[in-house]
Amino acid sequence: MKLTVNGKTRTVTAHPMKRLLDVLREDCGLTGTKEGCGEGECGACTVLIDGVAVDSCIVPLAHAEGRKVITIEGATATRTGKALQDAFVVHGGAQCGICTPGMILAAARLKPGASEHDIKVALAGNLCRCTGYPAIFRSVKSALKRGRAR
Amino acid sequence: MARAVGRNVRRKDGDAKVTGAAKYIDDLTFPGMMYGATIRSTIPRGTIAARHVALTDDFVIADHRDIPGPNYVALIDPDQPCLAVDHIRHFAEPILLVAHADKHALIDVHQRVTIETRALTPNYDPETSEACFKRISIDKGQIDFGFQISDFVIDGEYRTGHQEQLYIETNGVIAVPGDGAMTVYGSLQCPYYVHKALVVLLKLPPEKVRVVQTETGGGFGGKEEYPSMLACHAAILARKAKRPVKMIYDRVEDLLATTKRHPSIVRHRTGLKRDGRITAMDVDVIMDGGAYATLSAVVLSRGVIHATGPYRCDHVRIRGRAMMTHTPPNGAFRGFGAPQTQFAIEAHIDRISDRLGIDPVTLREINALRPGDTTATGQKLGKDASALPVLRDAVKRSRFTQKRKKLKGTNRGIGLSLFFHGSGFTGGGEVKLASKASLELTATGAKILVASTEIGQGTRTMHAQIVADALGVPFDAIDVHEADTAFVPDSGPTVASRTCMIVGKLLERCARDMRKRLGKLTPAQYYKKHGSFTVTSQYEPPPGLQWSDDTYAGDAYGSYAWGCNVVELEVDPVTFEVTPINVTAVAEIGQAIHPMMAIGQIEGGTAQGIGYALTEEVVMKDGRMANAQLTNYIIPTPLDAAPMDIGVMARPYQHGPFGAKGVGEMPIDGPAPAVINALRHCGFDVRSIPATPERLMSAFARENSAGRRRRTP
Repeated sequence: MKLTVNGKTRTVTAHPMKRLLDVLREDCGLTGTKEGCGEGECGACTVLIDGVAVDSCIVPLAHAEGRKVITIEGATATRTGKALQDAFVVHGGAQCGICTPGMILAAARLKPGASEHDIKVALAGNLCRCTGYPAIFRSVKSALKRGRAR
Repeated sequence: MARAVGRNVRRKDGDAKVTGAAKYIDDLTFPGMMYGATIRSTIPRGTIAARHVALTDDFVIADHRDIPGPNYVALIDPDQPCLAVDHIRHFAEPILLVAHADKHALIDVHQRVTIETRALTPNYDPETSEACFKRISIDKGQIDFGFQISDFVIDGEYRTGHQEQLYIETNGVIAVPGDGAMTVYGSLQCPYYVHKALVVLLKLPPEKVRVVQTETGGGFGGKEEYPSMLACHAAILARKAKRPVKMIYDRVEDLLATTKRHPSIVRHRTGLKRDGRITAMDVDVIMDGGAYATLSAVVLSRGVIHATGPYRCDHVRIRGRAMMTHTPPNGAFRGFGAPQTQFAIEAHIDRISDRLGIDPVTLREINALRPGDTTATGQKLGKDASALPVLRDAVKRSRFTQKRKKLKGTNRGIGLSLFFHGSGFTGGGEVKLASKASLELTATGAKILVASTEIGQGTRTMHAQIVADALGVPFDAIDVHEADTAFVPDSGPTVASRTCMIVGKLLERCARDMRKRLGKLTPAQYYKKHGSFTVTSQYEPPPGLQWSDDTYAGDAYGSYAWGCNVVELEVDPVTFEVTPINVTAVAEIGQAIHPMMAIGQIEGGTAQGIGYALTEEVVMKDGRMANAQLTNYIIPTPLDAAPMDIGVMARPYQHGPFGAKGVGEMPIDGPAPAVINALRHCGFDVRSIPATPERLMSAFARENSAGRRRRTP
């Protein structure tokens, strides 16, 4: 099955019902995508499929065929992704780091000027146990502000 | 040169974490690696009659007979078997281990193994349990006299439930066997706890066992003692298979089998003068330890020591007991007994406030511990005792007094809590640990060698800041070795708010010793001329610190951090759902080494405390967690996050590194009572948590059927 991961076309030989999460981690060697619950509740495994944030633990490979997948390793290549990554370090949005890749990808679709409520809604499917969230909101806000300044 | 301490330097582990490059345990593989699974009991109590295994030769199967040493997980008491022999004390008791090269082959392995059991009647009530793990008594003054001189006696009973740590990365390890040796990599807080357990169980010399912490996705106490069990399991399989074995729990198994916060029942009987002064405090504390001792004795210890809250009282009697029940063992969770007992006293204080007609702030001002006062164990507090400053700052910042009047009679309420938390191991604990830290000179600066783990709180960064300043070099000149027992000394466990205050202080001493030896040279110059050297320092108690385990009296902790929370919330009159509107948290923590990370600890701990108060309910049904999923064990989400106003105050502790105290645990002590006191302000008499809509509804019904005048919510 063919899919584009972080801009590269990949041919994967795996069961069509294999979890996209496992395909990315095992078949593509991209371990930046994390598993937190395996039931689509925590968002640690968030990736973008054609620009939309999804929980890769409940998406079968077949669903991603022919589509564009972006993982945290690919987020570094985009301006928004890089700004978010830096802001999560500078503003304390990352503590233990296990939810961070998913948080950053869930935030990646936000537009500069997004309100605090927009940020909360975008991140609503992602759980963090370390920060209690304020530092994550500050990180996202700061990254979006930098996006607007450009 | 810019100082590092007190500045928000870039955290050392930050870039690897935000790019996905950081390697957590499940990101590692080893050649020939197999995957392990655990076959557990399915009854809460009984005996094992037979084991029937219908598995092919490509499976590796192990039971208690495959353990070379004594069959227990070495921690405090040798009571918990690593694999059950005959007896089952809880339904998640591990009985058999299975490994296979293909992890998918393990999916239905539970159906191909049958454990024949004979059931016995379980007991889930710690009050009627006949098995006690630990009893502790604290006596100060003369309790009878304290009641004799009182004008009022007010009593009350308060209950707290289990709470799950819910680190987002589940427990996991990889055991790699060697020639008469074993290496275990894992997500863990305390490498030397795991090391100790493996040395005993595998009957190996200490130098043949190596434990390496991998990047750890949260711990909160949940990876303090449990990884020892999991590491032992993986090691048993790896030894038998002669191949590396990876064991990663899925979320359901992690929730079902691993430790939780101890449920508690706390009863207060308090003598008071008409003017609000407390004359006697009689406290009874019961903790539900679950099936095995684990850390219950020390959880109880911290619980009873904090049971009177931050209040002065000359006549105190505290009786505590940790009891056995037939649920999976409870264990360490941030706060470690103190959130339970401080919930009770703080809810009790507001009930006293109601009864005496003295407002909650004044009542606390009258009784709060001040510098020079003594605690329940008779510890005389130093100048850094900050109950009053944090109370006054929180009241002012939150406009508590004005809002308290304004909101009365509405479905909004505001409540507060005042609390403290001892930093470091209790009593003589630090002396017994005798922790060590080392610092190695490198070509460009120095490398930190400690067993303290980075679990998100910022250990590596904070330690490097302390060393940089004490050595007089830039922050970037300091490296931190990974927590690997083959290289780092035993700095004690990463628990008890001790990593900064205790281990950080050891590192500060190392750095100052190193500085002396360098003379006028920079590390680079010295290294070029003389090569590397390593400095080690070992814990010594600050002068004058006294403690007796027999009388449970003396200086329980080197220092205390102090906190005050104010929670403003709204109750939905139809659904009884509670929405926190504003949260104020003021914390006095000595010098904050990295202010942003310290605030991160306060915000994160506060959010966990609000979850503890409102939504986090472990539903135990027949000794088994019935809601072992993230779908229905509810932790706060981004949409639940209330705006937080954080105030950080610094009253330096002279024996902490640059004046620092501990900060990690304290923030979780206060939110639950502040929430419950805000609910009381709204007219809900709730004395147990979590205060779920169901509990609020029945409290509302109870109040109304009692015929007391109540507004309609």
